[in-house]
Amino acid sequence: MTTKLGYAVALVLLLIAPFFLYPVLLMKFLCFALFACAFNLILGFGGLLSFGHAAFFGGAAYITGHAIKVWGLPTELGLLAGAAAAGIMGLAAGMLAIRRQGIYFAMITLALAQMAYFLFISAPFTGGENGLQGVPRGTLLGMVDLQDNMAMYYFTLAIFLAAFWLIARTVHSPFGQVLRAIRDNEPRAVSLGYDVDRYKLQAFVLSATLAGLAGALKTVVFQLASLTDAHWHMSGEVVLMTLLGGVGTIAGPAVGAGIIVALQNLLASGPLSAWVPVVLGVIFVICVLSFRRGVIGELRAFIQKSF
Amino acid sequence: MLTDLLGFPPQVLFGQLLLGLINGAFYAVLSLGLAVIFGLLNIVNFAHGALYMLGAFAAWALAHFLGLNYWVALFAAPVLVGGFGMLLERFLLRRLAGVDHLYGLLLTFGLALVIEGVFIKLFGASGQPYPTPKALTGGINLGFMFLPWYRGWVVVASLIACGVTWYIFEMTKIGAYLRAGTENPKLLQAFGVNVPLLTTLAYGYGVGLAAFAGVLAAPITQVSPLMGSNLIIVVFAVVVIGGMGSIMGAVVTGLAMGLIEGLTKVFWPEASATVIFFVMAVVLVLRPAGLFGRTA
Repeated sequence: MTTKLGYAVALVLLLIAPFFLYPVLLMKFLCFALFACAFNLILGFGGLLSFGHAAFFGGAAYITGHAIKVWGLPTELGLLAGAAAAGIMGLAAGMLAIRRQGIYFAMITLALAQMAYFLFISAPFTGGENGLQGVPRGTLLGMVDLQDNMAMYYFTLAIFLAAFWLIARTVHSPFGQVLRAIRDNEPRAVSLGYDVDRYKLQAFVLSATLAGLAGALKTVVFQLASLTDAHWHMSGEVVLMTLLGGVGTIAGPAVGAGIIVALQNLLASGPLSAWVPVVLGVIFVICVLSFRRGVIGELRAFIQKSF
Repeated sequence: MLTDLLGFPPQVLFGQLLLGLINGAFYAVLSLGLAVIFGLLNIVNFAHGALYMLGAFAAWALAHFLGLNYWVALFAAPVLVGGFGMLLERFLLRRLAGVDHLYGLLLTFGLALVIEGVFIKLFGASGQPYPTPKALTGGINLGFMFLPWYRGWVVVASLIACGVTWYIFEMTKIGAYLRAGTENPKLLQAFGVNVPLLTTLAYGYGVGLAAFAGVLAAPITQVSPLMGSNLIIVVFAVVVIGGMGSIMGAVVTGLAMGLIEGLTKVFWPEASATVIFFVMAVVLVLRPAGLFGRTA
């Protein structure tokens, strides 16, 4: 009941937000919220810490930018191309990474993402240090001009909501149940006859695809794809958003993304702008030491205790 | 004749192999430190690169503010940074006992961000120069290549550090405790050994090794806040390739990966940045537990 009420309030807020806040900032929030929710699918519900999700985010950003700008694909198809490319990258990385568990999984995904980063630096279509600039936003179905920030906002919101619904649906599906069973006790899941590796891989590919969709969307919103999107700092940032909002909660990562995006925006203009990485690091340390359930996790515990 | 080895002048080939060997020596010392820490804390120390950088900065600061030379720094910097590491372990990492090991990785990642961020703010992203010690300037012409003394010394010093670590672990009483602590800390504690203290010492030692590598690197690369962060990701790949099970494994894998990287620089320069990651992928397909690893 409280959950449903919370979602309803959040939906209303998202629908009226662009009338009060700068739409581009809100779109940035939506992209990162989607990124974090996609990441949480594999960390929170699969128990696998991927430290390489920036590769999917950044890779899709480049593919989408290239598809729209150079190939002249319509915006919708460009987004799909980016997400599909991220899915294929996720399949390749996942097949390697799921061969190891725990801490090794994190190190492997990080290393593979770094490999992708170096490839992006040297590949001709990424524009190297300059990135892909001036990607046109195009039109939606040939009718709505996405150059208009309001139109773009509702388009982004629609994609975010659809992806969020897909993630929530996945988590509550039998597939999601098996995934959680694997997270909580892998040997038991194996002994029950589940093909654990296949479940992990499917979840990883889905997570990578949706992370890619987030990156693709980000390219269209900012009309830019750059190396920053694929850097390991980005992988760390998405971990932080998820941790801060609540690992293994459905809405937590979106809340965490909101906090981090708002914080970056606040700090960027002030005297603390050069200290952003330090501030993020400190939040990281505090979260790990004394706030492991995250905002939503703590909230849920509080509600369960009080009612 | 050696003059035209595989179409490359030998100076180029051996020069790159030497550079590869030096990088390999750093990989070896850093992955050894990671393995020591992992053994007792079950934590992958993401801050290892930042602490390596701190070692280089400690050497620079000792020279810049106190006028202490390289040889003093070679011992003082690891002790200082190792002590700092022990404080981190005692007051931060220890509080994670009993929670998922992944949180250790996340905590040390946060620490790395903080340490690097502070140093970038203080010193900028560009580097501070650190002179090669006087006794080791110049070099020797070996006929097929020119060997700068300092480069040779880096390889030797790294191997000495690895040898000392091996000796401590395999031949001394405290090493026996450390190995026992890796196998079964609870049982060791039941025998009356102060395992928390041992853990702090192990972390300090691993961090000290990183700082030692940082001092060795200072005259070669510039002392810059970002010197550790890209290196540590390669070291992670090296650790995945070799496994964290044995000291020899870490050293052999580290050196071998350095050499492979050096060779790639000669024959296919574009791939040199990614070759170690590629080797990691191949190893994961063929031997998922790593070359020297035991399957968990």
